[in-house]
This record gives sequence, C-alpha cells and structure tokens, in this order.
Amino acid sequence: MDSTKINEQKKHINLWPALVFGGALILFALVAVGVINQYIQTVIMFIGINIIMSSSLNIVNGYMGEFSCGHGGFMLVGAYVSSALSVLLFTDSSWVGHSLLPPSTAIFLFPVVIIIGGIVSAFAGLLVAIPSFKTRDDYLAIITIAANFIFVSLVNNLEFVGGSRGFMGMKNAIYAMEDIIRLPYMLIWTVTFAVLAVFFIRRLMRSTFGKGISAIRYDEISAEIMSVNTNHMKVVAFMFSSGLAGIAGGLFAHVLGFINPSSFNIMKSTESLVMVYLGGMGSLSGSVLSAIIFTFLLEAMRPLQILKWVLIPLMLILLMQFIPEGLLGNRELTDVFPKLKRFFRRRDI
Amino acid sequence: MSLLKIDSLTHRFGGLTAVSDINYELEEGGIYGLIGPNGAGKTTVFNLVSGFYNPSEGDIIFNGERINGLPPHEVASRQIGRTFQNIRLWSEMTVLDNIKISQHYQIGYGIADAFFKTKKFQKRENEITQKAMELLKIFKLEDLAYEYPSNIPYGIQRRVEIARALSLGPKLLMLDEPAAGLSTADVVELIDYIKWVHETFKITIWMIEHQMQVIMSLCEHIKVIDFGKEIADGLPEEIQNNPQVIKAYLGDGEI
Repeated sequence: MDSTKINEQKKHINLWPALVFGGALILFALVAVGVINQYIQTVIMFIGINIIMSSSLNIVNGYMGEFSCGHGGFMLVGAYVSSALSVLLFTDSSWVGHSLLPPSTAIFLFPVVIIIGGIVSAFAGLLVAIPSFKTRDDYLAIITIAANFIFVSLVNNLEFVGGSRGFMGMKNAIYAMEDIIRLPYMLIWTVTFAVLAVFFIRRLMRSTFGKGISAIRYDEISAEIMSVNTNHMKVVAFMFSSGLAGIAGGLFAHVLGFINPSSFNIMKSTESLVMVYLGGMGSLSGSVLSAIIFTFLLEAMRPLQILKWVLIPLMLILLMQFIPEGLLGNRELTDVFPKLKRFFRRRDI
Repeated sequence: MSLLKIDSLTHRFGGLTAVSDINYELEEGGIYGLIGPNGAGKTTVFNLVSGFYNPSEGDIIFNGERINGLPPHEVASRQIGRTFQNIRLWSEMTVLDNIKISQHYQIGYGIADAFFKTKKFQKRENEITQKAMELLKIFKLEDLAYEYPSNIPYGIQRRVEIARALSLGPKLLMLDEPAAGLSTADVVELIDYIKWVHETFKITIWMIEHQMQVIMSLCEHIKVIDFGKEIADGLPEEIQNNPQVIKAYLGDGEI
C-alpha cells in the first residue's frame, strides 16, 4: 500500500468503541429509568445470547467451511456446568445443602462461573475436533449430530442434575446479587459477553494466525503445503466455537432460571444454523444482524406455538433454495455499504 | 552432502505399486527434472517428499534430516516450497494474504496475543506484512497485493503461486508441471521466469514437466520414470536420444 493510502486511512475515525459503549450506556440508562420493561429486556438478552451462538458457529461453518450441526450440545454443557457451579457455590439448596461460598461473592464470581462453563464446553468441543482431522463435510456433520445426541442423552440420565426433569435454582445466585446492589445483572452480562465474543472473533479472524482457519476452507491441501498446521487450527476453531456456545448456554440458563436437556436438542442447533446461513457464511456482521432479526422473528412467532418448529426448518429450506449465500454472503457490512468504511477504520497491520 | 536424498523409495496403494525403488540425489543449487508419461508416478514422488503420503519403503533425507512420515506442514516448515499442477491459490483471499499465511510456521504468537493485540502480536504482524510486501516487490506483483487471485490472468496466477511457495524461504522449490495450461508465449516467459527465480533466490529447483521445451532449456539433470520405475537418468541430451525413453513416450512400434 502506498503512503497516501495509509494517510487517508488514518483520517478515518474508529467509531466502534463509541458506538458500542454509547449504545450499552443508553440501554442501561433506559432500563434504570424504567422505560424498557422486563419483556423487552428478556428479548435483548436473547439477542445477546443468539449473537454469541451464531457468530461462534460461524467460525466453524463459515470461516472454516466445515459443517457442524451440534452447536446446541455445547450450549448444554456450558449451561449445566455453570448452573451447577452457581447453585453449588452461591445458594443454599436441597441439592447440596449450604452454599460453599458466601452468596455475596456471586457479584464478582458470576462471570468466572460462566467462563468456566465455556472452558468445559471448549474441551467437549475436542470430541468433534479430533474426528475432524480425518473426515470432512457430510461425515463430520453426522459426527456433530451424534455428539449433540450424546450430550442430551447423557444429561437425561444424570439423576444428580435432575435428569429429564431439568435443573433449576441458579436464579437464586442472581437474587443473591440483587440483594446487595439492585442492577439488571443478566442484561449487563449478556450484553458484555456478546460484545466481547464478537470483538474476539473479529480480532482472531483478522490476524494472520486466524486466517489459517479460512485457508482451510478455501483449500486445505494448500494450507498444509504452506506450513499451516491444519489439525491445530481445527482444534483452535472447534474449541473456541464450542467454548463460546458454552458461555451462551450459561447465560441462557441464568436468564431462564430453569433448563432441561431437551432445550438443547437438535432444534437448538438448527436455530443456530438458520442464523448462520441467514447472515451469510464467514460474515461476522451478517451473524450479528441475523441473530437480531431471528430473535425478533421468534418472538413474533410465539403465538404460533408448536407451528414455530415447522416454520424455522422451513426457513432453512427456503434460505438454501433462494439465497444460499445469506444476507451478506462472506462479505461484511462495510463491503456492502462502502461508505460505512469512513467510520470504521480498517487497519492492515 | 546433497540437499535432498531419496533412497530406494517405494510406495504402494493397496496392491498397486505406484513408485518402486527410486533413488535420486539433488545437489544444492541445481535445476532437476522428473519426467515420464502420464500415470508414471511423478506426482506421487512429489507427494511423498512433501509428506502427503508416508512411503511404504525407503527414506527421504532433506538437509541431513529424515523427513518421511512428517506431516506436510512440518515438511513445509523445513523450507521445502511446492506448487501444484492445477493452481491452488486461496482464490477468496487477497494476494497479500496468500503470501502472509505461509508465514504460519514461524508465526511466533498464539491465540491470546491475537485477542489482545499484544506487543509481540503487533511486532510479528508488522514483520510478516513487510516481508510479504518486499517479496511481492521483488516479483513486481506489488500492484496486485490487494487483488483476489480469481481476478488475475492465469499466467500471472502461476507467478503468484511460485511467489507464494518462495515466501516459505525454501531451500528446495518443487514445481509440479508449471507450464500446464499456459499458451506458447506464456511458456517462453515462464522459462525466463524460472531462470530468474533460480538466480535471484539461489535455490534448488526440482520440476515435473511434460513440455520438452521447458525441461530441455532449464534442467541440468533429468530422471525419467515409467510405471513407477526409473528408466533413464542423465543429462538432457542423453535423455533425448535414449531409446527406452522414446519407447516409453511413443510406444515401441507394435500396433
């Protein structure tokens, strides 16, 4: 790039931090004033969770070009691990008795609990990553579905976390936090985690290291011959992706206050797939956009009840038929509307 | 000591012996050729050296180190560059990214550094970009740095692919049919180009090629294989007049 181009780019102001922090501040202010009611807050939280789900699945299905359809399984692992930890550490329950830590510590330790759920889930991702060394495409898709079923049936048969009846009590940790300072904790944390997830995915995928993941998508043999350790990159991609799904699961569990294994079955994975393909494979802004649209759609379809589960898979069929590349393809919003670039500095370091 | 030593290399796919008992020694700085009719096992030899297959028998010694059994990315990081018969650039990534990704073997930072843009990350990314731009300048491809390979003419794509292979900083460059699919005019340019690469980077080149014009004007030593076996070995002029080679290529006259 010649020097004039670099100078030109330096003039651009990076609006991202201002936009994100400003938006979050306005949101929390509105909540504090009481303009946003509980229902809208819940919708915003689901948007946050869905952004994490779609953008994390996009790492594997979009950037890496593999086909994982078991994302719900990893959400389950994160949800159960962090819920169990919450109940164990912060609440007095009939399940394990007295809380192991004073409930007030939840204020600081809650994000840690969510992250631990993510880490355990990341290791569950190895279950899919290791077979992916040898198989691709359809075969890997089958393996991921199988993994999803394994997690669901495993928890169905684990009596100490409630089996198929489900697990609850983690909400008490949130109540314990609210007893100290009244804040919309779940809203704060879902928004924070969603922003961080997108931020870290963006940073990874723009680095030369992360571009090794995209190299696998475009030509795996080429990647190997150009010294990219593809097995290592697959482990990185699968673990990062499933770890984020675990974080989304933990947040989901604490928002609802009740989880059961069937909330994370193949339907959940299908939801994530719809979001990724709606937004466009390999487009991070597409994933964010589609998570927002999809959450609103789900809410709009709520009165339809069971019919919803006919319409969502139908949407996937229609998407594949008419806009297989999704809303944005593998472009970003700034590629579709080049004028936006003025506000979001792109640095080619 | 030779740069690459192939010692009684044999490879079987099930019952089929694709390569049998090939010996070859490549000295540093030469241009070597590997020729033979279709299906003779040339590309299999290349795939064995670059680690896609683990040889059934025999050894591959590169720079004094046994490299058979290593995965391809490990072979690449020992500085063996390679191109393919059909161009295998990442067509959806810019030429610059194509070059940069081949620095993966000496990336020098981890995922956490990428997340937090640590000093180490910024330093390495800067170095990688600068190195890639310098290489593109040497190849006079710097104008194409932000272009996608799919928008570039075929002949230039070949050059980009060779430039990408050289970004590994290889001691040995393996070219699998570099002239495949090129027009006559492009072939003449390619010959000069390969000569120029050989002189500029002072590397050893080993190529598979069908076009005799390319082989004869570049290679100082040629090995001919057919049905996985060596049938001739020598200087270009010797090969040209070797009756066995003529027989392998043209048949022996019995119809």
